[in-house]
Parts: sequence; structure tokens; C-alpha cells
Amino acid sequence: MAFNLHSVWAIYKFEVARFGRTVLTSLITPVITTSLYFIVFGSAIGSRMTEIGGIPYGAFIVPGLMMLTMFTESIFNASFGIYMPKWSGTIYELLSAPVSAFETVVAYVGAAATKSIVIASIIFATAHLFVDVQVAHPLAMMAFMLLMAVTFCLFGFILGIWAQSFEQLQVVPMLVVMPMTFLGGAFYSIDMLPAAWRTVTLFNPVVYLISGFRWTFFGKGDVAIEISLAAVFAFLLICLAVVGWMFRTGYRLKN
Amino acid sequence: MQPIISISDLTKTYKSGHQALKRVDLEIRKGEIFALLGPNGAGKTTLISIICGIVRPSSGMVTADGHDIVRDYRAARTKIGLVPQELHTDAFETVLATVSFSRGLFGKAPNPAYIEKILRDLSLWDKRKSKIMELSGGMKRRVMIAKALSHEPEILFLDEPTAGVDVELRRDMWGLVHELRQSGVTIILTTHYIEEAEEMADRVGVISKGELILVEEKTALMKKLGKKTLTLNLSEQMTALPEGLADWTLELKDDGHELEYVFDTHDERTGIPSLLRRMSDLGIGFKDLNTRQSSLEEIFVSLVHDGAGSK
Repeated sequence: MAFNLHSVWAIYKFEVARFGRTVLTSLITPVITTSLYFIVFGSAIGSRMTEIGGIPYGAFIVPGLMMLTMFTESIFNASFGIYMPKWSGTIYELLSAPVSAFETVVAYVGAAATKSIVIASIIFATAHLFVDVQVAHPLAMMAFMLLMAVTFCLFGFILGIWAQSFEQLQVVPMLVVMPMTFLGGAFYSIDMLPAAWRTVTLFNPVVYLISGFRWTFFGKGDVAIEISLAAVFAFLLICLAVVGWMFRTGYRLKN
Repeated sequence: MQPIISISDLTKTYKSGHQALKRVDLEIRKGEIFALLGPNGAGKTTLISIICGIVRPSSGMVTADGHDIVRDYRAARTKIGLVPQELHTDAFETVLATVSFSRGLFGKAPNPAYIEKILRDLSLWDKRKSKIMELSGGMKRRVMIAKALSHEPEILFLDEPTAGVDVELRRDMWGLVHELRQSGVTIILTTHYIEEAEEMADRVGVISKGELILVEEKTALMKKLGKKTLTLNLSEQMTALPEGLADWTLELKDDGHELEYVFDTHDERTGIPSLLRRMSDLGIGFKDLNTRQSSLEEIFVSLVHDGAGSK
């Protein structure tokens, strides 16, 4: 049995169905949030701002807004997906099933990434109601979106295995990821910062992720696309290594 | 008979330093019902969890139907179904969805007809669209069994299957276990209820402090270790045992209306004829008498507390 497709499909379907139970809030929430962002940042504040690098402010924030949502959704969905069976005790079934670590990750991360991409796409569609935004490299944009969703879902999966309480599950997304995203150039170009702060900001890995995604939209970003891609792949590899270690050692999964 | 599960030199020491299993060797025969008895913390659940892949062994080897549970875990786990002790369920899922999920999780293609059969056999078909959180404890227990059977396992582990269930459901479970055995499934159950093992098991294993202290055919075990109790219903109430009966270990019961004598059936001389003669000499009459074999529970308590027995 090279790849246990039935098992992977069963987990994937189960997880997607779990999202389906909250479909209304899952889909309406990003539409409302995006609309509010555009009303506040795009119209109220954005109308007083000049273009950034020749891009109208309203259009400029679209990639950042999509990334912000993708980060939080990916981390939340993937961490919740694996934490819930741990919490409820149903993890026994997964651990006793003929499923490899790789297949488990593919199924859980795949399901969480699917939801993140759907929500990011909804935000993209909603943005069109408020601003005219063109995508310079559509294929690169989709590939980048997929890569980011998978990477952050892996990160969320790690958090879900690590967490031993609902509080721990919330700590990293709320206290680490959210601030890093806001300070990572989601709503501004880091060129707008004073030189000293710009240097500090370059230590924030999210800068490279948002910049890369913005490049797919406008053909330019805060840092070169090659550096952004290298940062994304580096994060992906780190996450893969950590997940691999967790399954190899049974960290917080098996005694 | 070829063993379907073979355990050799299995040990488990948790990170805390607690040694849950100490060099356990055991073979489970294909098609049998094996009852694993032991007090709380004896290592029953650890043993089952290792075989099922939930807990890592510290050393030793386990094979399920010839497949090593570590190196060939896919083939081994496909053969095994587990009903854990705790009621771990997906509260928001429906019965049908969760049972179908389990089948897929174990790598089996969908088979709605088979799932329907299981649910009907377990009286769950009418509840198939109900969310698990809406079910009673007994019904949840049935769902756990349905999930374990959904991928047609050849080996079924029942970890305290009737803990906390009512008498009716317990009887239903026993019936189900017998039916499963008829269909060729090997069943390993752990239980606190000795009557359960006595009712169902072909063989019994007793585990205490991580060591398997005894494995024996149930009937042979009861014959081998069992003692019998002779109860005499006295014609007249007795307030104290007369000195003339001091050679026998006797006990007055039922407020002096019964005289009880426990004897070993393996002894060359049970002491019964001489006891009856002495009673006659002393003018102690009795209206009725009966003998009773020791229950498995009595044997179990004696084994665990005295540390007696041999593999």
C-alpha cells in the first residue's frame, strides 16, 4: 500500500465537512471584515493617502489583506483540526489507523489549506466591489497563495500538536502572528518607515511573504521576489522538519 | 493453533519512569475470546494500546496476523479494531457519518450496505442521522463498537466494553461478542467484571503490576485453582462451633443456620466424609447440603493478592 488514498480522503472529507458546519460564519465573516477594512482604510483613510509606488492605496492593501486572513485562517483551521481530536480523545482512532505521518499531514493540511484558499478568494472577489485591482502574474499569484496556505497550515498543525489547552492554541496566532502581520507591511510599504525601523522590520519574516504576494499583483514589492520565495521555502522546510520530528518522536501524540 | 497475535518480551516504561509492562509474552489464538483481567493500573490498557499503535513499546515485539506492528504497521493495523475504554466520540457528527469515516480512515472503500448492516445489528440504524451528542451513554458505546467494526477487522479489542452500561446492554454486548466470534473474529477483552470473562472467555490472562502472572483456559483455570464450598443447612441453629469440629476450617453463616466448609478438589482427602461422620457422632443434623465451585472472581482476587499462579 504505497499511498492510503481512502484514509487521506476520509480525513480530508471529514475536516472539510467540519468547516461546512460553520459555512455561513466562515464565508460571511471575511466578506464583512474585508468590507470594513475597505471602508476604513480604503475610503476614510485611503482617500487622504497618496499612491504607494504608483499603486492606489485601496488596491495596494488587497494582497496584504488576503495574506492577513490566510495566515490567521490557515493557522486556526489546521491547529484546531488536529487539536480537537487530541482534546476529545478521538485521536486514538487516527493513531491506530493504517495511516502514515505523511498521509495524515496531507489530509489535515490539505483540508485546512482548502478553506484558507476559498476564504482568500472570497476576499479577493469582495475587494473588487471596492477597488479596481489587477493581477500582473495570475499564475504566480495562485501558486503563491497555495504555497502560503500550505506553509501556514503546516505551522498551524504544529501549533495544534504542541498546544495542551485552548489558551495555548490562541496564544501564538493572537500574540505573535497577528502583530507580525500588521507590522509586516500588510497595510503599508516598509519604504514609508524611517530607516532604523525599516531595518528592524526586515527581521520580520512576514515582510518577505507579503512582499512576494504583492509582487504577483503589481510586479513589485518591498524586497526582491527571489528573496521572498527563498523566505517562503525556508519557512516551509522548517515546518516540514518540525512536523517530521513530531511524528518521529510521537511528541505530544504518543506516549 | 496458529496465534493471530504474538507478543514477545514486551516492556513499556513511561517517561515518568513508571514501568507499565515487564517482559510480557503472550500468544492469542485465532478465533478465540481472550479475557485480560487485572486491577486498575495493572497494564491492561497499555498492552492493548501498544498492539493498536497508540503507545510505543520500549522493547519487545508484537505481530498481528504475522505482521510486525511497527515495521509493517499498515497491514497489522488493518486487521485490528479497537473499542477504547473511554467514550471518545465526535459529538457534532452523525452516527452514520462517524462510522463511515472510520471505515475510510482504515483504508477501506465505501460500502454503505455493510455500514447499514452494522448499524442495524447494533440497533443504531434508526439513530443514524442523530448527532452523537444526542445519544445516551449506552448508544454511544454501541457507536464505538460500530466504528471499530466498520473496517471489518479480524481482531477486535474491547477495553472495558461494558463499563458503566446497564444490565440489558451488557447482555446485548455479550450476545454481540458471541456472534462476532461465530463470524471468525478474534476478541480480546479487558474487564473488571469477572462474570463477563466467566461468561464469554475461552482463555483468561491475569496481569498484575505489569506482569502477566497467569494464562490459562478458563475451564481449566477454574478446575485447577478453583475451590469448592460445601454448605450444610443445619436442622437446628448453632450459636458457636463445637470443639469437636475444630479439625476442619468451618464457618457459621446465616445467623447459625448454615455451616460452610471450603475444600480443595485436588486434595487427596477433602475431609468431607469424616466431617459428616463427626457431625453425626455429635448429633448435629442437617436438612440439605450443596457444593459450589469458586467463581473466577474469587480465583482472580486470590491470584492478585497472593501473587500466586504460573504462566
